[in-house]
Amino acid sequence: MKSCLVVDDSRVIRKVACRILSDLGFQTAEAEDGITALESCRAHMPEMILLDWSMPNMTGIEFLRALRRERAGEKPIVVFCTTENDTAHITEALSAGANEYIMKPFDREIIQAKLVEVGLA
Amino acid sequence: MKPDDFEYLARLLRRRSGIVLGQPRPAHIENRLAPVMRRFGFKDVGALVAELRHGRDALARAATEALTTNESSFFRDRAAFDLFRDRVLPAIVERRAGTKRLRLWCAACAAGQEAYSIAMMLDDLKLPQKGWSVDLIATDINSEMIARAEQGLYSHFEVQRGLPIRRLVDHFLQEGQNWRISEPLRRMVTFRPFNLLDSFGWLDDLDVVFCRNVLMYLDPKAKAGVLDKIAEVLVPDGYLLLGPVETPTGLSAAFAAVAGAPGLYSPRVDEGPALARVARR
Repeated sequence: MKSCLVVDDSRVIRKVACRILSDLGFQTAEAEDGITALESCRAHMPEMILLDWSMPNMTGIEFLRALRRERAGEKPIVVFCTTENDTAHITEALSAGANEYIMKPFDREIIQAKLVEVGLA
Repeated sequence: MKPDDFEYLARLLRRRSGIVLGQPRPAHIENRLAPVMRRFGFKDVGALVAELRHGRDALARAATEALTTNESSFFRDRAAFDLFRDRVLPAIVERRAGTKRLRLWCAACAAGQEAYSIAMMLDDLKLPQKGWSVDLIATDINSEMIARAEQGLYSHFEVQRGLPIRRLVDHFLQEGQNWRISEPLRRMVTFRPFNLLDSFGWLDDLDVVFCRNVLMYLDPKAKAGVLDKIAEVLVPDGYLLLGPVETPTGLSAAFAAVAGAPGLYSPRVDEGPALARVARR
């Protein structure tokens, strides 16, 4: 089963995203900020990470840069999922190694479409 | 909605567009006709149909357009676009290297997503910069959809269905919550309202025709007619792309399936309209 770590400081968003991803055949785990997510990745590197941008302690972009420096940190497919919906943020995310980008609000169809984009459908 | 009114609307749609309305779904039909009722001042479908029976052409055209399906997304059915990029484009570009001229037609473009997806793939090859003349024509029966396509403005949700994020950044400009296609891509496509039951006389020498997810809505006679007319306007070494559930088999002898390429067809040069066309040259 494919695994996905959902990183978002909103419990509601984590719950909604996890439910959609579970329905789509993913085993899900949750983290509420970048530091917790990094610890989770060190214990078990997931195949995909759904990543919010603005979070306390460590932002999504800081987490991504740190992740890509970790051992095997280049492997997970990282999909940002954020309200930072402007071109500058999207470009910054792609430069930092993000594979795809979801602009909130999202729905099941968007997540499905993005999974197709990254080859995890 | 009265069964009689549904029957009338189904006949109207079939006569004007070849589209088969299918099973009666009153709420669905009323929902689609709501803008027409508002525009022409009718309080319900019964009143609209009563006026249609008097033969008002503008109203009949508006009702027909409203009842058409406009479902689309960027790069819908990825396999078809992979086929276009990997098989069709290389072959056509090689064959046209002498003339450096390409003509493509997107036959039912809805709000423009398919046409702009094709434009993005053509842009990948930088053909205009290499001196190629590229005509990308996109048509739809629904004039409101054509107006939307020409605007090239898409919602947050529309640009997230089928469009890779890099293409969004490369080819769109943000306008509030919406995204507008870039001017170079918009200029690549010529949009025009067009009913596939009408004469194809204004179209000719097409290298590639996208007629995807259209035939599935038409009655058999309309399907056969559209396929034969496409064969007339497609060059003998051109290509036709159909949707995943569509086939010319049993409808038109003018096309042969391209081996190992589902949904891709080429004109048969040994029979049918294609032969007639070759003979005319």
